[in-house]
Amino acid sequence: MNAPSNTQLGLWLIPLLPFAGFLINGILGSRLPRWIVTMVALLTPLCSFAIVLSAARTFFGIAPALPAQSYTETFGQPWISIGNLHIDFSLTLDQLSLVMLLIITGVGFLIHIYSVGYMHADKGYARYFSYLNLFLFFMTTLVLAGNVLLMFVGWEGVGLASYLLIGFWFQKNSAADAGKKAFIANRVGDFGFLIGIFLLLANFGTLTFSEIAAKLTQNPDWAGGVLTVICLCLLFGAAGKSAQLPLYVWLPDAMEGPTPVSALIHAATMVTAGVYMIVRTHFLFDRSPFALGVVAIVGAATALFAATLGLVQNDIKRVLAYSTISQLGYMFLGCGVAAYSAAIFHLMTHAFFKALLFLAAGSVIHAMGDEQDMRKMGGLWNKIPVTFWTMTAAVIAICGIWPFAGFFSKDAILYAAFLQGTGGKVLWFVGLVTALLTALYMFRLWYMTFLGKPRTHDAHPHESPWSMLGPLVILALLSICGGWIGIERFGSFLAPVVGTYSMESPIPHLEIILSIAAVAVALLGWLIADRFYRQRPEKPAQLAAAFAGPYKLLTHKYYVDELYNAVFVKGLLSISRYVLGWIVEGAILGGAAWLLGGIATFSGAILQRWQSGNLRSYAAWLAAGAAVILFFAVMPWLLGAHGIDLRWTGH
Amino acid sequence: MESIFVGRGIETMTAIDQSILTLILLVPLAGAILVALLPDRAKMPNWIALLTSLVTFLLTLHLPAHFIADQPGFQFEINRPWIPNPAIAYHVGVDGLSLWLVVLTGLLAPVGVLASWNAIQSRRKVFYSLFLVQQTTMFGVFIALDLMLYYGFWELSLVPMAILIAMYGRKDGPKAALKFFLFTFIPSAPLLVAILWLYAQTRTFDFATLRFLLAHESHPARAMFWVALAFLAAFAVKVPVFPLHGWIADTFGEAPVAMGMVVAGKLGLYSMLRFHVGLFPAQTRQIAPLMIALAVIGVLYGACLALVQRDFFKLLAFAAVSHFSLVTLAIYGLTLTGWNGAVYQILSVGIVEGAMFVLLGALDLRFGTTQIALYGGLAARLPRTATYFVIAALTMIGLPLLSGFVGEFVILSSTFTGVSRGWAIAAALGVILSAAYMLWLVQRLFYGPESTLALSRPPVDLRFGELVALTPLVLLMLVMGVAPSLWFRTIQTGVHPPPRSLEGGANQVNPSTIPNSIRVEGQR
Repeated sequence: MNAPSNTQLGLWLIPLLPFAGFLINGILGSRLPRWIVTMVALLTPLCSFAIVLSAARTFFGIAPALPAQSYTETFGQPWISIGNLHIDFSLTLDQLSLVMLLIITGVGFLIHIYSVGYMHADKGYARYFSYLNLFLFFMTTLVLAGNVLLMFVGWEGVGLASYLLIGFWFQKNSAADAGKKAFIANRVGDFGFLIGIFLLLANFGTLTFSEIAAKLTQNPDWAGGVLTVICLCLLFGAAGKSAQLPLYVWLPDAMEGPTPVSALIHAATMVTAGVYMIVRTHFLFDRSPFALGVVAIVGAATALFAATLGLVQNDIKRVLAYSTISQLGYMFLGCGVAAYSAAIFHLMTHAFFKALLFLAAGSVIHAMGDEQDMRKMGGLWNKIPVTFWTMTAAVIAICGIWPFAGFFSKDAILYAAFLQGTGGKVLWFVGLVTALLTALYMFRLWYMTFLGKPRTHDAHPHESPWSMLGPLVILALLSICGGWIGIERFGSFLAPVVGTYSMESPIPHLEIILSIAAVAVALLGWLIADRFYRQRPEKPAQLAAAFAGPYKLLTHKYYVDELYNAVFVKGLLSISRYVLGWIVEGAILGGAAWLLGGIATFSGAILQRWQSGNLRSYAAWLAAGAAVILFFAVMPWLLGAHGIDLRWTGH
Repeated sequence: MESIFVGRGIETMTAIDQSILTLILLVPLAGAILVALLPDRAKMPNWIALLTSLVTFLLTLHLPAHFIADQPGFQFEINRPWIPNPAIAYHVGVDGLSLWLVVLTGLLAPVGVLASWNAIQSRRKVFYSLFLVQQTTMFGVFIALDLMLYYGFWELSLVPMAILIAMYGRKDGPKAALKFFLFTFIPSAPLLVAILWLYAQTRTFDFATLRFLLAHESHPARAMFWVALAFLAAFAVKVPVFPLHGWIADTFGEAPVAMGMVVAGKLGLYSMLRFHVGLFPAQTRQIAPLMIALAVIGVLYGACLALVQRDFFKLLAFAAVSHFSLVTLAIYGLTLTGWNGAVYQILSVGIVEGAMFVLLGALDLRFGTTQIALYGGLAARLPRTATYFVIAALTMIGLPLLSGFVGEFVILSSTFTGVSRGWAIAAALGVILSAAYMLWLVQRLFYGPESTLALSRPPVDLRFGELVALTPLVLLMLVMGVAPSLWFRTIQTGVHPPPRSLEGGANQVNPSTIPNSIRVEGQR
């Protein structure tokens, strides 16, 4: 499994460089000149990216004939080592973590550059970049982790960075609320993850990925049972981090954070951690068809559910948030039909076009003077042309129209689903409907924002600086070309880690037929959007009035937030306050203590003198206390000296 | 390390080793006397207390520096007969279990002095001399190996605490002090009786001898049950374990911060491990299921009540109940890994609680209230306070790479794999709840728009003294989260499975070095 151990690729530098950036900017940032802050913030991820590239070259240059190899570096002393619990700081580089690292450090670096322009006027500039670097530290740790617990470190850590960045403008109550909500919703998922870790520990006695995989290989008949439970626990954790049903509620609110944060953390990287986790532990999921089925159903259901919500949002970032949830659903669907490489493929192209969508939306918001409501936009296409054209590329990509990146990856997932029997065809159909809705709400966004006439004349739109446009252009190129590598080549690159899945179809030309169907559906969505939002702009309002009930359900997000609030938040608080606080603590335990105190006070009225408050009585008490102690200390000696035997029981 | 001292002669070092524990006991006491004798002028008591506690802390650091990690049993031992009949000895020593608790006590002393620096303005002589006496008694509890000596320190530690709470309470000190005193003093009486009964049975107060004898002689089971229960009750109140926690909310709400940070937790938890589990393995096994249930209830109950507190010190009190209950769970889970985690978590929670008390005390000092609702938006005005507070809160929540996670993970995983999956899962729910109450507290104190109260006072961020007190604690949270092996290496030598069979090293000369390798984890 291991590459020659004398090759030190310096993997530990990949996370630690951003961490150094976090420390420098976090501790000294407010006192450093701004250009130094910028240099530290940009150079650390750039260096990490360079190390990833060079590690890739070295790693795959040593023995390209051995496709099954992975490379592990153990850093320093064991982290926790007691009894049979032994956990190292071990980092593993293989094809899967390499792809993730390239996305994280590459896209991450672009977003850092963009942030320089976007955040230039913010007085928390240094704090912002220190948090952003902290995020990269934890995210690279998450994907490089060689064992489940180290992955959990990164997992919780990115949650922390997300909490800090969502609540970056902490003086807004809504931002502080959203940050807290995100952290707690993630914690609910992490609870599942933690139980999964305990189960792994109990059943495998190790948390190292390679050792777990090896034990499974030794027991080829082991399937289902406890493995299903483990997988469901892990899935629960993944659903929290990747905003799947039923734990997705935090992601739309997370849009309170600065827009580049939404692009990096809440679109391109962190929220895909759940997908990565499932793929990383695929050897477990492979042994539990039931758990895989649940993954697929959760994914498909989330994809459709979130897409319907995307239709009625008016905040440009919230549309994108629901679209992220929906696209993550596709990735889960891919995992659920064991098409892991297709899921990672979509993860990659999605990172490109969704980061681009958010950054372009940020550029729009910037141009409009911090306006996020699409109803106040319109006609921006010739005022901010670079933003417009790059965003157009991203919209076409997410809709899955050939030959843009999204087409190839989404197509691979839907095709793999279609091949999975009858249930698979249902899932495929759900994915197809989702594709229609995706095209509809994305082109709705596109029309409302860029075309038509300006709906407000207060704003004076202006194109963003090149520090922001540069990343847009690069990401636009990636959104166009990122899928051309094709699932076959991408899949065979990942095959040593995630294995392969059957792409043989029983019907000739099935793949092309399905592709044409998917593109046709996307174009149909575009046509509907064109009709509603360009040709007949009065139509959406009429439809909303005609279907008032369903429309209200959608604008209130199916009342899920209200339900969770009433059941979990209010429920927990009222039980704590009334049942536990008043009845148990106040009445029962307090009553007992009161009785005890009453008896004591009654029997020792002298205790009242404590309340006299003058120094002499305290001194007297001090003396009395000391006397009591002295008495206890010398009593046995006194007794002994007077010949009193302490042997009471007659032994 | 050894080679440095070879030239100077090993004798000097052994001389220090043989008297270090006495020094640790006497230096704070001497400081207390000095404070009492010298006049209260120009912060003289503060400076004497600070210097004394710093010197004591440096003395405690001698222990881990010269502790021999691969040698089980007690080190730096001093055993001198004190009273011939009944045979009370001045017998002190530390092992892996108590080593770091002594150091923690030493560390928290200067922290407490610095936190009190501006908070205590009147009757400073009384405050600081009692504070230093309190230090001596706490050291005594951790190092005493003679039960009578231990009892003396245990009992004596309650007195300065109660007096200081009564004198320096925020609103109703005497009432809280009375409650504290009654709760902790009453169960101490049966403890004394139990200790005396054991003496009557075995003619010894010596811990190691007693442990050896109790393991090898048979005593009336019913009596032993009550004796063990008397030990347990005294300790459980002091921790406190649900439902005996009635004193803690008022005590935390009223106690001066230097007292609040040491009053709960470590003394009781240490005593449980050393004297209840250590002396009465059979009785412990009997009562363990009950204690596990109470501990898990305590984890959730404390967390739920922390959610709805309006006073931040009371919130901290219930958070403490939750955290100490988790340690109790580990102690009565009776697994070796769990005990390691328990000791580690005592250290971690001790540090976090200390930092929290300093920070909340600083807020109370600046704004004159402990009501959470009056605060808001402080992060913009007091950024350093906010940063330190968030780090401490994250440690409390158990964020990985901070000290809280290591203890929690070791405890929960060992409970899950070695004790009971159901209880472990229930206790792990505390993970979600702790995030909820701590982050909500952070938000209400520091985020959102600035409250009227926040705007009404000049923004005075952490002062130099407060930074000096807090920075080592925060650094420790980080180091303990990343490199726990530095501590586990020595802790491991101190936690043994209790001896169970008669053959267990009966021919050993020193009972304290009996290899207690009988009970292996996971054999439940």
